[in-house]
Amino acid sequence: MKRARVAYAGAIHEAAPHDRGLRLADGRIVAEEAVVWLAPFEVGTIIALGLNYADHAKELSFGKQEEPLVFLKGPGSVIGHRGQTRRPSDATFMHYECELAVVIGAPGRHIRKADAMAHVAGYTVANDYAIRDYLENWYRPNARVKNRDGGTVLGPWFVDAADVATPVQLNLRTLVNGRETQRGNTRDLVHDIPSLIEYLSGFMTLNPGDVILTGTPEGVVNVNAGDEVVTEIDGIGRLVNFIVDDATFGR
Amino acid sequence: MHPAQLTFGFAPYRLSGTVYGVLLNHAPALAALGDAVNAAPYKAPPKAPVLYLKPRNTLAGPGSTCAVPPDVPALQVGASLGAVIGRTACRVAERDALQCVAGCAIVDDLSVPHDSFYRPSVRFKARDGSCVIGAVVGRERLRDPGALAVRIFVDGELVQRTDTGERIRPLARLIADVSEFMTLAPGDILLLGTAAGAPTARAGQTIAIEIDGLGRLEHALVAAGEPAHARATEPHA
Repeated sequence: MKRARVAYAGAIHEAAPHDRGLRLADGRIVAEEAVVWLAPFEVGTIIALGLNYADHAKELSFGKQEEPLVFLKGPGSVIGHRGQTRRPSDATFMHYECELAVVIGAPGRHIRKADAMAHVAGYTVANDYAIRDYLENWYRPNARVKNRDGGTVLGPWFVDAADVATPVQLNLRTLVNGRETQRGNTRDLVHDIPSLIEYLSGFMTLNPGDVILTGTPEGVVNVNAGDEVVTEIDGIGRLVNFIVDDATFGR
Repeated sequence: MHPAQLTFGFAPYRLSGTVYGVLLNHAPALAALGDAVNAAPYKAPPKAPVLYLKPRNTLAGPGSTCAVPPDVPALQVGASLGAVIGRTACRVAERDALQCVAGCAIVDDLSVPHDSFYRPSVRFKARDGSCVIGAVVGRERLRDPGALAVRIFVDGELVQRTDTGERIRPLARLIADVSEFMTLAPGDILLLGTAAGAPTARAGQTIAIEIDGLGRLEHALVAAGEPAHARATEPHA
């Protein structure tokens, strides 16, 4: 099953896909643009992977990492489908990152690879933005690059794990203003989902709602104010984000 | 951390569970790196605040225990003043920043010691129970948050005297510079940062941290594999 969390007419609703948009739990049918889309689940700890596709690591001139390159993102950075993300006027390289997001269900620690998939509740699409201009070599990737308001786009749907037969063979792509700029497949993950769950749970308890952003393949390009950025993963969803300028925020 | 430990008697009444730490905010700590800051891999001293998240599995309360991994001889005590945000802080001017602070608490940001600050592993700072938070005290009950004495005890022995001063970014400036690009929400905690010369402690030892005006925070370290105190590893609701 796929479900979304949306705000409509004074309340927050669970919703399911419908030919004409969405069907709210209470039966109302509404258009995709008529609601405010929130992250489709209650987000816990956001655990992001860097350099987890072999080709992307080459693109950014890094060799293979043995320990997964993990960084954390805060809840303030989360934004849902069809949201606005700010591009500061002094940025020259702000890029998207289309990622398969794996949502933890059953909590655990010291989870072995063989048992890991039993701890996955479901999946969604993520867009893990970065502004490279602000990159510094202290606790990389630093917060000003990766922990910005609007920098973690999640949605539109939470897809139950039982409905994703092959998380390891999903096509993903990004389109900027309708033109494909990034393409990949989750088969190219350097550290796969069970490995990541085993690694992380070895030192930190994973709790329901924790989400692992599993990395992005090559093809990250700069986006500008006015762009529509669509990150999509076959069978999981098509996540839309709008890049806006400082003036939108009165800056 | 037990849900009851998240609440306190004044607005915003409840910790959000989000805790941000800052590295190298103590001027002597940055100075101690000397010219290494200009060499690879850093290539320049930090410009923006060097932030990290202590995720919710790390949150623990007074009297908790934190497990020391078997391959590590000791954890570093990260004694810090933690500012509890009371009002949403987005693009706050420095002169208004302290009004966003509802109160403060003693926080021990325990870490696996590490020498490189380039891209350290998340496992150094994200271990269960490694963010111990003391009682929240209302801001009006504190003198200057940048002029408080700090005392750290291991097994009852005073091992470090320091203070909350000499910060490159005092609390108001830190809030302003952080909130310029990331909004801080009510109940969030922003750490002022640990002083240079932080002591270490081993499994089996007790730690106490006193910060003037904020009381005393006691907790302990145990060897991994020993039954931990339930409150140290319970996920918060």
